[in-house]
Amino acid sequence: MIAVAAGTNRIDPYLIPALDGVAYGLLVFVAASGLVFCFGVANILNLAHGTLYAIGGYTAAALLDGGWASLALALTVGVLAAAAAGVLLAGLLTPIATGNHLTQALLTFGVALAGGSLLVAGFGPDDPQVRVPAALDGSVAVAGHRYAAYRLVFIVVAALIAAALYLVVRRTRAGMLVRAAVGDPEMVACLGVSPARIRAGVLAAAGALAGAAGVLGAPIIGPGTDTADTVLLLSLVVVVLGGLGSMAGTLLAALAIGEIQTLGVALLPSAAPFLLFAAMAAVLAVRARGLAARWRTT
Amino acid sequence: MRDEVIRWARAAVAVLVLAGLVVAPWVVDDYTTAILARTLALALVGVSVALLTGVAGMPTLGQTAPYAAGAYASAVLGSRISDVGVVQVAVAAGAGAVLAALTVPLVVHARGVIILMITLAIGELVVTVLGRWRSVTGGTDGLAGIPAVRPFWGLPALATDQARYLYTLVVVATLVGAVLLLLRTRAGLLLRAGRDDETRLRASGHRVPLQVSGAHVAAGAIAGAAGSLLVVAQQYISPADFGFDTSALLLLGVVIGGTASVGGALVGAALVIAARDWLFGVLPGQAPLVLGALFVATVYLLPSGVTRARGRLRPVTVPPTHQDAPAAREHATVPELRP
Amino acid sequence: MTPLLSAQDVRVRYGALTALDGVDLAIHDGQRHALIGPNGAGKTTLLNVIAGATTPQRGAVRLDGRDIGRLGPAARARRGINRIHQRPAVFSTLTATENIVVAALPRVIARRRWWPGERRRAAQHRAGPLLDQMGLADVAAVPAGHLAHGQRRQLEIAMALAGRPRLLLLDEPAAGLSATEVGRLVDLLRALPRAVAVLLVEHRLDLVYALSDTVTVLRDGQTLAAGTPDEIRTSPLVRQAYADGVA
Repeated sequence: MIAVAAGTNRIDPYLIPALDGVAYGLLVFVAASGLVFCFGVANILNLAHGTLYAIGGYTAAALLDGGWASLALALTVGVLAAAAAGVLLAGLLTPIATGNHLTQALLTFGVALAGGSLLVAGFGPDDPQVRVPAALDGSVAVAGHRYAAYRLVFIVVAALIAAALYLVVRRTRAGMLVRAAVGDPEMVACLGVSPARIRAGVLAAAGALAGAAGVLGAPIIGPGTDTADTVLLLSLVVVVLGGLGSMAGTLLAALAIGEIQTLGVALLPSAAPFLLFAAMAAVLAVRARGLAARWRTT
Repeated sequence: MRDEVIRWARAAVAVLVLAGLVVAPWVVDDYTTAILARTLALALVGVSVALLTGVAGMPTLGQTAPYAAGAYASAVLGSRISDVGVVQVAVAAGAGAVLAALTVPLVVHARGVIILMITLAIGELVVTVLGRWRSVTGGTDGLAGIPAVRPFWGLPALATDQARYLYTLVVVATLVGAVLLLLRTRAGLLLRAGRDDETRLRASGHRVPLQVSGAHVAAGAIAGAAGSLLVVAQQYISPADFGFDTSALLLLGVVIGGTASVGGALVGAALVIAARDWLFGVLPGQAPLVLGALFVATVYLLPSGVTRARGRLRPVTVPPTHQDAPAAREHATVPELRP
Repeated sequence: MTPLLSAQDVRVRYGALTALDGVDLAIHDGQRHALIGPNGAGKTTLLNVIAGATTPQRGAVRLDGRDIGRLGPAARARRGINRIHQRPAVFSTLTATENIVVAALPRVIARRRWWPGERRRAAQHRAGPLLDQMGLADVAAVPAGHLAHGQRRQLEIAMALAGRPRLLLLDEPAAGLSATEVGRLVDLLRALPRAVAVLLVEHRLDLVYALSDTVTVLRDGQTLAAGTPDEIRTSPLVRQAYADGVA
């Protein structure tokens, strides 16, 4: 017993940041998977993705009153609102030729700018408070430490969402189409479905994921003027680190970012500013051999 | 014949604009002069964006990274070591080039929308670092109290807004001239060829990754030098100067200007930045909303920039005659994102 | 004698499809070699393997007896393997002259090559005569994207020649050319320096017989026959292959 206690003591100060990292990472995963989806299937760099998350966040702040019913309501409203915003974005993108990535990205940026401004106009310039359901407001004991109950439950819920996403992508027909589209962009064109409708569907799904992340994650990355930027940046880094090829890659990258932002900062406070950069460099080092081979031969 | 006329007309417009820029500080007030100086610095970053986006075919949302590196290098140098402008511009250009060189492995094999994403991530990460590395950058408060710059050893320090503006104008004009000269050389020719058809360029025996890296580092150096000018123009810098909105605005300006034209990039970037500054002046509350709406409207009105109407330039990433080739290339780069 | 280029036991598979199944090929300096066969026989794939655009699953490609299997297309072009593509690939916003300058630069010979602009000037010197030869002198200053298909094809041939090839890979160079242009092409290929070897993929047998001194027939990724044009012309095997393939 004593030995175990001594053992836990050494890792003790880092247990809480590590758990936080898991919560943070799973949140980033749910948010980023919407961006990956949009990017991989529709080949659109959606710079308004963070704004879709912020819609969910502000909805949570406005509707949550400490009861379970309000959480269900906020989740429904947030997901629907963000999905609707995604469809609106797809509508705005319709006149632009498919494949004109630069123009598409610029348009989504304009939408992000205007959308952020509308959110501030609607909900005020101050970062709003988010009230979690009263039952989860306290803390629970984790290996002798107090830990916010909401975060613990969030970890479970987000893991369930991740598992559900995995099953949808792996086992359903829609998921099969998604995987095929990521592997072969030409294929989407051969399906006979209009690109505009695919875009609307993809952006609605991406919006729903971002909205769900925004509502559930509001107590972790809360709504505010910087939220959209933060979420967009973290999602982008997830895509750069994890690639588009596999959900496992996305999940690993998101968890790595979560740990870097929490455990990394606790372990190496002085190096904190550079850790995300270092992670990108490390991933590059892993790929370096393939790149070097190309350098030699061309 | 018609080409001759157009060339003369363009030269005449360029001379007029330059003359206007030279006399501007005696026409407008000090505040506007300072704003103009900052706009010039940003327009120079716009030139570096055009160099990558239009000439080398690598659209970028991350030129604020070398721009910030140059600005902070220049500011730290100015406060602690040297107030000589030439030294600061050189060091800032070097800092921008080093940062660009460090990120070369991330961008050299990526194309199209993937490169947009990677460069955006780089730019945002640099801003994050600037906000957190308090001991050097002053964190989100930024750096102030940077001593006035003297252009050259033995010259007096630039004490007025007019002097600072003219210094900025001279440096920008020199660097833009250098870029125009560079584009007339073999390097410029190869960059344009690579944008047209990279596979063909390889098939002719050219070392494409080397050229792409060179262009990236050169563009980084130009953006870095522009950073030094920002310090002179504003005498204060903070991470907010290098946000992702600045990147997007510059890219929009470059697209308006026709992506591959240096003059167009200068004008486009200056216009967009001026529009932003003016909007934030007259409508402080609603400026982002109006700016966002303007963004969307501009994108609809000028899908690929005004210069394209003349038929001289092609859309940025996909030249019409090779629709399938760049798409295939871009697709081929996707797996590289996997570890 | 070591052949200029040799491919041994080359095998390329695309998923379940075997495009090349153990093909051997040897080309000597100055040899004019034609590759014929029905559609899908693997002719273009073999060209891609030699040019470095496709990596074979098995087999070796050697230039002067040295293995070049690990080199990419650019490195092979610098060693003298130049090609023209089935669809003319030119730089569409560059003028015809600039296209040739770009193609000539990697292997240009300039006396003071470190002197600024000297290499480009040397490349420019190559462009004029090549444009004349291809009948493109009138359009020298026109962006290649504005040229007609036949002109683009000719421009690409001029670009391949500008790279001072030792081995020229031609993938259906006559496709889309008018009768006059085909005549010019034949003259040009006949006038090539004797040392330049040519590997020609062509459907038109009249051109093959006019231009080549050896012929390899591919079918279903394998060598069906090889020999002089006369031998191939009279071979019953080849007639059989062409009867159910391309006329």
